[in-house]
Amino acid sequence: MRYAETGYNLEIDLSRGNIERVETDPSLTDLHLGGQGANAKILWDRVPPEVEPSSPNNLLVFSAGLLCGTPVPGVTRTSVNTFSPQTNFFSHSTMGGFFAPELKHAGYDRIVIRGKAPSLVYLWINNDKVEIRDATHLRGKGVTETAALIREELKEPKAQVAAIGLAGENRVYTSSIGHGWSSAARGPGPVMGDKRLKAIAVRGTKDINIARPAELFEMCLRLAKEIYENPNVGDVMAVNEDDSFHHDNFAWGNARVRRKGYWTKELEERWRKLKYDHMDRQTGCYNCPKKCITVISYPGRKRFGYKCYAKDTYHMAAFQELDFSYEILGIAQEYGLDSYSTPQVIAFALELYEAGILTDQDLPGMPSDVRGRFYYLMEKIVHREGIGDVLANGVYWAARQIGKGAEAYDHNTTKKLEQIPIKLGRLNPLYFLMTATGEKMATTQIEGSFPQDPLPTREEREEFVRNWEAVPNDKLKQIFLEWEKRHEMAVEASCLICDWNEMMHYVDDAIGMCGFLSSFSGQHAGRPAYHINNLPYIISLATGMDLDKDGLWEIATRNRNLVRAINVRRGLRRKDERPPEDHWRVRDHEFEQKLLDAYYEFKGWTNDGIPTKKTLDKLGLNYVSEDFLRRGILTGNEGAPSKQTSSEKGDELKSRGC
Amino acid sequence: MKGELEKNIVKRIKVNLDKCIGCRACELACSVFHANPKYSSVNPAMSRIQVVIDPLNDEYVPIRACDYSKAGCDGRRVYTINGKEYSECSFCGTVCPTRDLFKEPDSGLPLKCDMCEDDPPQKEPLCVQVCQVGALVYEEEEEEVEEEVRPDEMEIGLKSLIDKYGLEKLADTFARMSQKV
Ligand code: SF4
Ligand code: SF4
Repeated sequence: MRYAETGYNLEIDLSRGNIERVETDPSLTDLHLGGQGANAKILWDRVPPEVEPSSPNNLLVFSAGLLCGTPVPGVTRTSVNTFSPQTNFFSHSTMGGFFAPELKHAGYDRIVIRGKAPSLVYLWINNDKVEIRDATHLRGKGVTETAALIREELKEPKAQVAAIGLAGENRVYTSSIGHGWSSAARGPGPVMGDKRLKAIAVRGTKDINIARPAELFEMCLRLAKEIYENPNVGDVMAVNEDDSFHHDNFAWGNARVRRKGYWTKELEERWRKLKYDHMDRQTGCYNCPKKCITVISYPGRKRFGYKCYAKDTYHMAAFQELDFSYEILGIAQEYGLDSYSTPQVIAFALELYEAGILTDQDLPGMPSDVRGRFYYLMEKIVHREGIGDVLANGVYWAARQIGKGAEAYDHNTTKKLEQIPIKLGRLNPLYFLMTATGEKMATTQIEGSFPQDPLPTREEREEFVRNWEAVPNDKLKQIFLEWEKRHEMAVEASCLICDWNEMMHYVDDAIGMCGFLSSFSGQHAGRPAYHINNLPYIISLATGMDLDKDGLWEIATRNRNLVRAINVRRGLRRKDERPPEDHWRVRDHEFEQKLLDAYYEFKGWTNDGIPTKKTLDKLGLNYVSEDFLRRGILTGNEGAPSKQTSSEKGDELKSRGC
Repeated sequence: MKGELEKNIVKRIKVNLDKCIGCRACELACSVFHANPKYSSVNPAMSRIQVVIDPLNDEYVPIRACDYSKAGCDGRRVYTINGKEYSECSFCGTVCPTRDLFKEPDSGLPLKCDMCEDDPPQKEPLCVQVCQVGALVYEEEEEEVEEEVRPDEMEIGLKSLIDKYGLEKLADTFARMSQKV
């Protein structure tokens, strides 16, 4: 019997209308767990690098994490992976909610979608009964509207639905897939639209089996209580009304202006009132005691829910107040627009207009007030109409299509993807590494285990370290003990921390764990609910796998290297690993390159960021190294670090703080 | 089915709809506790508590399975509470033919909440134990009631089969199957 997983994939060919249920190889679970790990393996095996994201041969894979549907609280993530038309790389995307456990109960670990439907369709998965159904009557319908209509037409109020809105249908690059109040951004939205797949509805009523059920269940009763009571996990922004952190430190407009001292107590009171006057309740995801989603009814708008920093992005991009976000979110979410990148695209366009690069001819009939302009541009983008057809490709591509100097206004993208709008003074070596090398192309998807800030006194640090259950090893404890200034972090320490932070995300994405309980939530108080020391046992109880800390770390490392390999095969190299030029005002390019050298070496990658044959083979990825040798990506002589001399390295490990 | 007066512990689960976050941990826990063997599998569709959820209407109503009825109600009320419309069915725990709630997915047999009877007894029903936000609160109260003979689970199941297939057909099948054993 398979435990925690079902052992079956659903293979859908939209071009031919073919549906197959395929048993999976259990040894792949031992190697990659599930979720994004398993998806990476499928994309490596089945999508050669020459396949364009818009090709019918590009795959769109929805995968439940390995532990989704087990009693473990907070494992709610569906990994949605494909090749993104915006970056041409592996698209890392996850969504919370209720989709993953429902899929498991229907009897599938993942859905692999290829081809393109001749006209708009949706997929209906009802246990063993799977159909591709006409969706032309759902054309242009909003994300939650689509879900409601599908539930009604199927007479299945408990069906879980993931859908695209008009933005996805029109292949807007900054569109996302919506599921309830959760969404999967950064790539899969436009691909789903391109495949003419409006939605997937799932209902499952089968058992999920657990290897050591009584022990696991007892443990989960305790974990749920701990999670509920732990103020450091879940979305802290859902309960903390003091949001000075984002408003005083993040950049407004087109990632342009920092407004230090913007936040006041008066503002906080006013916004608190606005929130609670319009809030219906707070809710969350399947089998999780946290309430990260704030549900708002705003006059003239459909009810909507938001999470985290999504409530700030629109009004900060428009230099407005919270009421503007409330006003626009209800509409933007129904369109299925990602609220991280979309406001930046709009603010970028408005900057181009101010600069005279876009003119009244490009923006006919645009209103004069900023709120009106946001709505105007949003409509253009969603409909891909006029200039909207260009802006719908995201800031990077739009800048190049517009030309006339617009490229200079694209100052907040990395690997062609809009980044969180942070513009700081001094370089922080750890954040440099995370932003440069993160394959998920968003800092929030790589940071989170190591605390963001040092503690002021040695005594406090000692106290902290004594109770630090999440830390993987003594070396990292020592780093924290000796760490005094935020920006001063030695090269070796930066490498170790970056690696730890990243590995925890790779663990979470494979098992379906929510980062708010795990990989993202150690950075404030160091007290995540799940970590490298308790997860192996939990996974063992659920799956029956014989797994310890080193084993889990090795799987995460394998998945990480496989994702890198997928991108390397599509052309990713060191030259692409650049945070935005003005991310820090004061840069030290020489030092940054040394950081990269050291990190690549630490990871077992060549000086160009390619995993070496030795690294790959050690992880059992021989098929990757063979492919690299065949393609000439590796020559076979990359054993030793290529450029640096060891004496240089020794010096640098000792000194160079910031 | 009249009986003597006797002291009885009335077990009550108070449900606070305003507190429910819609996590369905209660459904999961109930299904795990009632799995056969106990704890062996997870399946919220087998849960004897179901949360009726309509996020667009901000409706979150946990209901527990009560008795089986062979017919659906012929008239249904719609209530408006704080501006939100609720169908009467959202509050009803009866296992009836108009919906799939509280039926074993494979056999269609009705499920019924037993307040997590256990030996030794659980401190609280499992759904209450896992509801961290306090939307479900357990209370016990002593009450004098007229003793009533309660049908057990097999009896309820059989009754629903009789309703579905008729007594004669059921008896035939039973006879046929017992010959095979
Ligand atoms: S466990 Fe509590 S909060 Fe969660 S759905 Fe059930 S009743 Fe609602
Ligand atoms: S009391 Fe027990 S049987 Fe009844 S709904 Fe709750 S968990 Fe299920």
